Amino acid sequence: MNFTYNETQDMLRDTLARFLADTYDFETRRKMVASDAGRDPGIWRALATELGILGAPFGEDQGGLGGGAVENMIVMEQVGEAIAIEPYLQTVVIGGGALKAAGGAQADALIPAIIGGEAIIAFAYAEPQGRYELRNLRTTAKRDGAGWVLNGHKAVVYAAPWATHLLVTARTGGGQRDTDGVSLFLIEANRPGIVRRDYPTVDGFRASEIYFENCSVPGEALLGAEGAALPLIEKLVDEATAAVCAEATGVMRRLHAGTMDYAKQRKQFGRAIADFQVLQHRMVDMFMEVEQAASMTLMATLKLDLPDAERMAAVSQAKAKVGKGLKFTGQNAIQIHGGIGITDELAIGHYFKRATMIEGQFGSVDHHLARFERLSMPE
Amino acid sequence: MDLEFSPEDLAFREEARAFIAENYPSALRGKQEEGEELAKEDFLSWHRVLAKKGWIAPAWPKEYGGPGWTTTQRFIWSEELARADTLPILPFGINMVGPVIYTFGTPEQKARFLPRILSGEDWWCQGYSEPGAGSDLASLRTRAVRDGDHYIVNGQKTWTTLAQHADWGFFLVRTDPDSKPQEGISFLLIDMKSPGVTVRPIITLGGEHEVNEVWLEDVRVPVDQRIYEENKGWTCAKFLLAHERTGIAGVARSKRGVERIKTIARSEMDGDRPLIANPFFKRKIAELEIDLTALEYTELRTLASEASGRGPGPESSLLKIKGTEIQQRLTELALEAVGHYGAPYFRGFGEGDNEHPIGPDYAHRAAPTYFNGRKTSIYGGSNEIQRNIIAKMVLGL
Repeated sequence: MNFTYNETQDMLRDTLARFLADTYDFETRRKMVASDAGRDPGIWRALATELGILGAPFGEDQGGLGGGAVENMIVMEQVGEAIAIEPYLQTVVIGGGALKAAGGAQADALIPAIIGGEAIIAFAYAEPQGRYELRNLRTTAKRDGAGWVLNGHKAVVYAAPWATHLLVTARTGGGQRDTDGVSLFLIEANRPGIVRRDYPTVDGFRASEIYFENCSVPGEALLGAEGAALPLIEKLVDEATAAVCAEATGVMRRLHAGTMDYAKQRKQFGRAIADFQVLQHRMVDMFMEVEQAASMTLMATLKLDLPDAERMAAVSQAKAKVGKGLKFTGQNAIQIHGGIGITDELAIGHYFKRATMIEGQFGSVDHHLARFERLSMPE
Repeated sequence: MDLEFSPEDLAFREEARAFIAENYPSALRGKQEEGEELAKEDFLSWHRVLAKKGWIAPAWPKEYGGPGWTTTQRFIWSEELARADTLPILPFGINMVGPVIYTFGTPEQKARFLPRILSGEDWWCQGYSEPGAGSDLASLRTRAVRDGDHYIVNGQKTWTTLAQHADWGFFLVRTDPDSKPQEGISFLLIDMKSPGVTVRPIITLGGEHEVNEVWLEDVRVPVDQRIYEENKGWTCAKFLLAHERTGIAGVARSKRGVERIKTIARSEMDGDRPLIANPFFKRKIAELEIDLTALEYTELRTLASEASGRGPGPESSLLKIKGTEIQQRLTELALEAVGHYGAPYFRGFGEGDNEHPIGPDYAHRAAPTYFNGRKTSIYGGSNEIQRNIIAKMVLGL
């Protein structure tokens, strides 16, 4: 057993932390979020070319740094600390993960483009009726000669307005909630027949509703096996869930640290409010949530390559625990700040908003509790 | 002792229900359903309807313009308002400064201000908190110095709700800097159009402009706009805070909120069944409803003892704590229920923008309402302060 980072991993964390501290202060982020594009493409370019970080989880033979899930965890924790809106999760963790798993010509062509910062991938998996059930799909892909024709509506696709490619789950057979008949496609985002409605999200990202209207895609857009992609999709989403747990750890760490700083300098009744025992205990409880989030993230990340049932149980334990911790830490950070915590001006509120959205991302606490119960106590 | 409404009460309920159905402004209904931001005129339109009917101030004594209802009738009325999902009547005039004026004011002050509060001619705001005086309100530093028939007021107030619309504000100011914190405070009514008053917006997490900073620079306030004695303003402040806390329980509104959650959970699908059939979610609604019943009957007991002549005391802190916790849990459940569609940020309808918000109608305000709702355990004396009050005043610890 060894929980220490190796030299390369230490360097990855330190380099990224320094870069974000220098370039991603809260005011800069605010300006990016408010701009027309909603982001600064220069940051993504710098992550690719100056830092070389977008290659973190890819093999050296593909031009990457030779890492994997642990490297993604390291990056995502820093993303959380900066509440960065860069599409690392969508592009590198999920898109990159899908390409690594599928291999083939698509992967050979696109992985270098991801590492180079030219490709941005958005993950179009959720549907209005589907909630967190990955197989609950109305979007269809029908064979058309050598290619496919897609129809359907994908909900709240984070990073879609910026994307060069869309990773899409669609039904090539079976009924709406069947396990069989689910397929995965990677398609260019600007294909005819794709209608997007873009909007900002409450946590500072951009997202889209995506409508496929008889959208033709070539045969090679299919990733993995036709009609049998659900296990792959479940694994990708588990990897993404572990990654947002890492992000959550970073977010919670800042919520706690920001609250400590504030409580020490805010004076009421003639003393710092950090002197009041009721608030001290609250901040201790927040601290314990942060530490447990870090522990659960590590546990889940290290179990991502175990057999399916073990991986799912580990990830669901982590997300259920982290989800509760996010709510507790976020709500108390605001409570201890008082009125000033609810203003748009302070960073703390924006950490709270991201914390709130991570809570529901890839499944609420209830969703993961239920999945863990099914796996750990089968009927 | 019984729970049954008398035939008179039942008749009153019918009358109240019919009145709301016939007179609630339909334009307002549409805006509420679309989640549109409400303008000053929107708040006033319903206020005026109730003022005309004589039902705007249910808690006021009849001699000052109240309807003379019993405690039970007031309870029925608030239930009917919530049932019809009417826009809440703003508390600053009717629930806050009004009772202070009729309890502590001179006959001239009552005649001057009360009718205009009832009619809605004057919009009121509350100048209590300061950047350095939040939970520790008595440490406030806004100064009022006597100059003949006037006070000269200087200082800064914050979290002043809807001050951007206000005609008048009631302010706590320090008139004696040398005495103990609570003993040198006075209660002043300030015309918001006075030279030296500046209102600056504070934007909150949901993107709303609801609260403001109010700056006072050499504002001249006639002495006859001071309520009660000089340096005795803390008495008015405590009286008002206790009143505010009872209103804050919001039982009837929360009942409506529970129904709303159930409606959402019936529409949202969770696999092959509606979300309301999910045992985890259902259990949370049930627990919330049980806590709400406990709050309701605690409030009814408080009202009953008020009716027997005792004003709201420190027990009202219990109502504030439990009431706001329930309101916050309602916003949590709504956000949880809407799933993915909590994320799109709906910024209201811009000029000429008729595009429908993303996702179902009940979803697009869920996140901002949750964010904004965090204020309820902070304002009106934070819930930590309320626990201190109970510990000290009720339990004698």
